[in-house]
Amino acid sequence: METDLGYWIIPLAIIGGAIRVSTPFLFVSLGEALTERSGRINLGLEGTLVFGAMSGYALAHLTGSPWLGVLAAALSGTLFGLVHGVICSLPKVNDIAVGIAMMILGMGLAFYFGKPFVQPVAPDLPAISFGWWSEIPQVRAALEVNVLFLIGAALAVLLWWMLRATRVGLTLRVVGDSTDAARAMGLQPAVIRTCATAVGGAFAGVGGAYLSLYYPGSWNEGISSGQGLMAVALVIFARWNPLACLGAALLFGGAGALGPVLQSVGVSEGYYLFFAAPYVLTLGVLIATSSPTQAMTGAPGELSITK
Amino acid sequence: MPFTSLSRRGFLTGTVAAASASAVPQLGFAGSHSPLTIGFIYVGPKDDFGYNQAHAEGAAAVKAMEGVTVIEEENVAETIDVQKSMESMINFDDAKLLFPTSFGYFDPHVLETAPKHPEVRFQHAAGLWSEGMPTNVGSYFGYIGMGQYLNGITAGHATTTKRIGFVAAKPIPQVLLNINSFLLGARQVDPEITCQVIFTGEWSLAVKEAEATNALADAGCDVITCHVDGPKVVMETAAGRDCFVCGYHANQSPLAPEKYLTGAEWNWAGVYTNMVQTVLDGGTIDNFVRGGLADGFIKMSPLGPAVSDAARAQFEATKAQIMAGEFSAIKGPLKDNTGNAIAAEGEGFAEDDIALESMDYLVEGVIGSTS
Repeated sequence: METDLGYWIIPLAIIGGAIRVSTPFLFVSLGEALTERSGRINLGLEGTLVFGAMSGYALAHLTGSPWLGVLAAALSGTLFGLVHGVICSLPKVNDIAVGIAMMILGMGLAFYFGKPFVQPVAPDLPAISFGWWSEIPQVRAALEVNVLFLIGAALAVLLWWMLRATRVGLTLRVVGDSTDAARAMGLQPAVIRTCATAVGGAFAGVGGAYLSLYYPGSWNEGISSGQGLMAVALVIFARWNPLACLGAALLFGGAGALGPVLQSVGVSEGYYLFFAAPYVLTLGVLIATSSPTQAMTGAPGELSITK
Repeated sequence: MPFTSLSRRGFLTGTVAAASASAVPQLGFAGSHSPLTIGFIYVGPKDDFGYNQAHAEGAAAVKAMEGVTVIEEENVAETIDVQKSMESMINFDDAKLLFPTSFGYFDPHVLETAPKHPEVRFQHAAGLWSEGMPTNVGSYFGYIGMGQYLNGITAGHATTTKRIGFVAAKPIPQVLLNINSFLLGARQVDPEITCQVIFTGEWSLAVKEAEATNALADAGCDVITCHVDGPKVVMETAAGRDCFVCGYHANQSPLAPEKYLTGAEWNWAGVYTNMVQTVLDGGTIDNFVRGGLADGFIKMSPLGPAVSDAARAQFEATKAQIMAGEFSAIKGPLKDNTGNAIAAEGEGFAEDDIALESMDYLVEGVIGSTS
């Protein structure tokens, strides 16, 4: 049935893991990159992710259509983003504190409304097989690529181009870099930031729908286990660049597959250490790319952590 | 620190008691007719298709009894949190019987809280009560390893690659016993079979469990079982990779009807109602309660459509032997997977052998490590 691949299984599992696990990281970090580029931090995306997972699963179960589930997740994410954005537009409100409150609110609401949906089974999102050329079942399994991953990758390129070359992108960057300059141009920073937060929330919601509707593909209260928070950190790691977000998400997903696969080929001592691989990697890259003389490159000037 | 937290709690209790006594005097009496309040504490959500659900089903059976009030709290971590939950159930809800149902609640949390409340009975699942521990603490558990042994027999018949897989949370004695039993059951069918184990490190980590299941399938395992709190993800992912599955904790056959062979399930309803009835009748529950298939502590899921006639016959025969008692799954000659001798020829550990509850090895044929 399955072919014995020996140690070749390790790179294969890393590629497969990168494709399977990265999508939620990708969507949340793209959403957060957009929000932070406008000068706000939304730490609530973990809550949005969990609520998106729940609402997506619930609607897919009720309607039988996983795509309606994705839509529901995106809408609920937009709503969470809007609430965060509007509250933060009030004077003297700290976006980090609101974000933490929104995170707890989102998770609490998701657990509350999600209770009846732990048991039922919802339809999964479709995947495209890119492994048709191979006879090896492991390769075929690793190259089952979900449509949302492809959409996410396309979005990363699109956002990168948008921020770089379009009027919308320029507006967002101005608002993110200097409120005063934006006001002088006649822009309304609060409105633009709220919109950016809402769109960022929608992305995070879709990331949640991927968790519950494709991989691992079921709704339970431990479904996210902190991936939303990790993705927010990935944005800093990716220096607010959507293309780098894609790379960071893939790296994180692939490194996460290392722990299980090493055990499966018999390297079983110290698996707790291998499970820490993604975090060690993050620390390593952050140290390697840090600079003692220069402020963080790419950081939006209005961000409360850089101000 | 304990002093300040106690005095504050004492103050709060007093205030609440006074407030409730003055506000709703008709409810404030704790006369002899007041129902027995029983608290259940779960480490995860109580509908996880697994460990916590099995306990919650037991709690639901208790709820249906006369003269009891059941209170429940879920998602309580195995930290100081569980002490707070127990204290609050005792002080605010007047609970007299507690069921903290997770392994990690026992030491130190139950052992520390129990001496402060001698009038409350603490019934802890999976712990190992021994002489010298507080007498108002009891521990109970079932010999579910035998269920995994029976799982192993169906797995041994179903596997064509002679490799079976196990997704495990943490290397604690009960998990190790399950892994070893699963393989030894399969080896009753074919001694060539090996079992690949992957530890995820936590009781509930959906993505890591899915990754572990995929890694097992990639490594050629074609029958997979698990010991995590909620087996749903493992079952669905394994069936999606065209592997057979054996269930654990509860019946997961609705998740993969074609691929589900059988499963080792808890049967807490009978156990809990018996214990509660003992307390209601004024008796005391034994400090150390264990039971297996024969005692109705555990049960097997109905065999699935993929189970062959030969497998069914061996499964039923072994089950009958276990029910009759005197059956040892762990028996010599047996070595662990690092070469140390576990049992000599003719030596065996019956299911109720206390030595099994401090198991710290994986038997020969299990590919994996306990650390």
